[in-house]
Amino acid sequence: MSNMNGKRGGLWWKLLLWLLPAAFLLIFFYQPLTAILRLAFSMRAEGGGQSFFPGLAAKTFAFTLWQAVLSTLLTLVIGLPAAYLFSHYEFAGRKFLRLIALLPFILPTVVVAVSFNSLLGPRGWLNVGLMALFGLSEPPVRLLNSLPAILLAHVFYNSSIIIRIVGGAWSRLDQKLTQAAQMLGANPWQVFWEVTFPLLLPAAAGASLLVFLFDFTSFGVVLMLGGPAFATLEVEIYTQALYLFNLPLAGLLSLIQLAFTLLVAWAHNRVSLPRYGKAALSAEKANLRPPRTKKEKVFTFVTAAVLIALLLLPLLSLVTRSLVSLEAERGERGEAQTGFTLRYYRELFRDTTGSIFYVPPAVAVRNSVLYAAAAMLIANMLGLITSYALHFSGRLARWLEPVLILPLGASAVTLGLGFVIVFRRAPWDGVSFSILIPFAHALVALPLVVRTLLPALRGIPDSLRQAASTLGAGWARVFREVDLPLLLRPLLVCMVFAFTISLGEFGASSFLSTGRNPTIPVAIYRYISQPGALNYGQALAMSTILLVVCALGSLAIEKARLPGEELF
Amino acid sequence: MTIKRWISAALLMLLLSACASQAPTAPAKEVRELTVMTHDSFAVSAELVARFEEENQAKVTFIKGGDAGAALNRLILTSLAGAPEADVFYGLDNTFLSRALDNALFEAYAAPALGRIPDAFKLDPGNRALPIDYGDVCINYDKAWFASKGLPLPQSLEDLTNPRYKGLLVVENPATSSPGLSFFLASVAAFGEAGWQEWWKALKENGVVVVSDWESAYYTNFSGSSGRGSQPLVVSYASSPAAELIYAETPLEEPPTGSIVADGTCWRQIEFAGILKGTPNRQLAEKFIDFLLSKAFQEDMPLQMFVYPVLPDAVLPADFARASAVPDRPASLDPQLIAAKRDEWVQAWTALMLK
Repeated sequence: MSNMNGKRGGLWWKLLLWLLPAAFLLIFFYQPLTAILRLAFSMRAEGGGQSFFPGLAAKTFAFTLWQAVLSTLLTLVIGLPAAYLFSHYEFAGRKFLRLIALLPFILPTVVVAVSFNSLLGPRGWLNVGLMALFGLSEPPVRLLNSLPAILLAHVFYNSSIIIRIVGGAWSRLDQKLTQAAQMLGANPWQVFWEVTFPLLLPAAAGASLLVFLFDFTSFGVVLMLGGPAFATLEVEIYTQALYLFNLPLAGLLSLIQLAFTLLVAWAHNRVSLPRYGKAALSAEKANLRPPRTKKEKVFTFVTAAVLIALLLLPLLSLVTRSLVSLEAERGERGEAQTGFTLRYYRELFRDTTGSIFYVPPAVAVRNSVLYAAAAMLIANMLGLITSYALHFSGRLARWLEPVLILPLGASAVTLGLGFVIVFRRAPWDGVSFSILIPFAHALVALPLVVRTLLPALRGIPDSLRQAASTLGAGWARVFREVDLPLLLRPLLVCMVFAFTISLGEFGASSFLSTGRNPTIPVAIYRYISQPGALNYGQALAMSTILLVVCALGSLAIEKARLPGEELF
Repeated sequence: MTIKRWISAALLMLLLSACASQAPTAPAKEVRELTVMTHDSFAVSAELVARFEEENQAKVTFIKGGDAGAALNRLILTSLAGAPEADVFYGLDNTFLSRALDNALFEAYAAPALGRIPDAFKLDPGNRALPIDYGDVCINYDKAWFASKGLPLPQSLEDLTNPRYKGLLVVENPATSSPGLSFFLASVAAFGEAGWQEWWKALKENGVVVVSDWESAYYTNFSGSSGRGSQPLVVSYASSPAAELIYAETPLEEPPTGSIVADGTCWRQIEFAGILKGTPNRQLAEKFIDFLLSKAFQEDMPLQMFVYPVLPDAVLPADFARASAVPDRPASLDPQLIAAKRDEWVQAWTALMLK
């Protein structure tokens, strides 16, 4: 059966491929979304005395766009050199740094706020250090509650998307092409501009789109680090829907956000549609080598230093803070000491209040990992199927792709409210919310998976598949021995992202939480929403555990080898 | 051929799973289920809930619906959609009371225990929303900071505009935070509808810091907490010092923070519970309200949620009683006035303070 190359016939195949993704999106995206929007706009029709504020919408939209563009550019400025670094040079601590870059992605914003505060806050390390160094009486750096704080946090969160997706594509670029260009006399700049850049464009544009959409729909960072003076559409939707109860306005803002997402995804498609040649990707990773020339060494050093300052230091200050007691500095506490302590971790295991919401750390870890593993499987199975469906849909794909990106542009509050409306009614009311949670996580991860797999899939030369078919391989064998080895790397990238997205997701899915099976982020919130040194310390300890779980999880996924990889 | 067989198999599976979900579940009489919507700060001893479940052959599920305001709005929304999320709502406070009543969210229930509760707490004469607990939103201060500077504590809201307290206070945005809204309402109560803007303007000139939520205010900005921020005054709860004492790392004589409870500086939050209209579990819901008003639960609340029981004969735990102060004259406003003006005020406040 030679349908796999998709060039002719195979209508059954195409329909079958679309069946699952379409059902998934209809049930978990379009159904809740239309239900909540219909309800929101009906409230206006009943004359609830609430009105639209076009001025507010325009102003909020302008700020949302502005900060998202700035954040995406900054993320690229940091992410692209880092992607080059990780895909080309071998240096001490490379693997560690690459793993570190991923970790911010999962942290709940409340924890990022704490770690930024302990590093950059008025009494954070930076200010304390500078004050001691220059004998200042006031903290010189005032970063929190400002636009730079929002931008910095966005770079902190999202640079790993650029690093992993672009870096992955970069390391799979066929070295022969650049070498050939060099031999034909091209200077390094020409090689980059005329060979590397066009080949990288699909991956880079896809990754930038994702970063842009994450920044565009940013919520926690803007609310907690930007402070109340800044509001993105997502923040305004949250405030209007859940505090001011102005649902028509929240609905309108949600629609603006969705429409703009669709527009961006569509424009993006026009930019990145194949202008690149195939046969350019190899399954093998480019050989890493240590930096040799002085220029290369300086580049490696500077890029690594920037990453350490930007990504490692905030994480490190969080981990350190969970291990160090600073009680003595709060005065009136003669006996308390500043110093190393495991007390916060020990306390996590003690159920001191007998509360029904107490969760032992091991149970929280187990719940989180189970949800994340389920979400990872769902998102990647669906993502793989969807990518093939898109690949075989020819010109239609140009219209279907933006629709698939749409879940990233949906407001978490709107979608979450849609969930609670839809999944409490027949025919869904028998389904446990716990089962729905990994599906909700997969909804967020799916666009990312498709965006990563599709360029890789399009990069597979048909000639390879045809050669295999000619040699008598059935479609299953062609998939296993041609497609899979070439898709393996990007698939692993996707699995790591889906896993981490699920570990940290606290948006739409929090509406489905029923108090059963509490996850690590739920436990963190429980501690940090009460006063007291031990509560604060336990929140930090739990956050550190979340970091460790994420690091171990992604390491385990990267270590995995699918059968067939060595065949290529 | 293979494809068609796959499709028929898939269809068969779908059909089978559809049938399976239609099949009758366990006999209805055995264990009844009760769903209780609460806010994020809700907590209760597992042991008490287990006892309630045993006595009533029930299973209780708690849904934490977000901040108090957010949980209420979720309930109104799902009720409008014809699928109320819960049988009982616990955690409605007096700043949102009228929104719940105006939307006819609850069924009335004259619980037997109501007779023993002081009238001051019964804000709904129709007994649709029943008072369960109360707490006071007050300014907390960093004891060590004030001691080291030798500065007297502010004793009124007017004091806070005094230049010697410049830049020392952090408050939460009333549009996104429940204690923020409470403190704002205290200012309206103190300066009146005509005067509150003037006072907030002066407060802004005096360097008040506004953040989005309690967590940021307390752990990022407040110098008295473990976050070691830079403001020694924060809008929190009168019971927060008790939590600092109980959750201290080493046993303390005294909490490191204190509450300012001077007249008119605090706002009293009374929290209510109600039975949701149309619940199929009315009888069990009544039992649960009785449970919330029982002495055992009322005595459990202080250390679980750091709030005060409405039942006069509930005994407070020693540490809690020692470290948390109760204001003699907290500010208050007519719930009807709050309902009519809240959104307008909050929008005016936003325009004044954040733009």
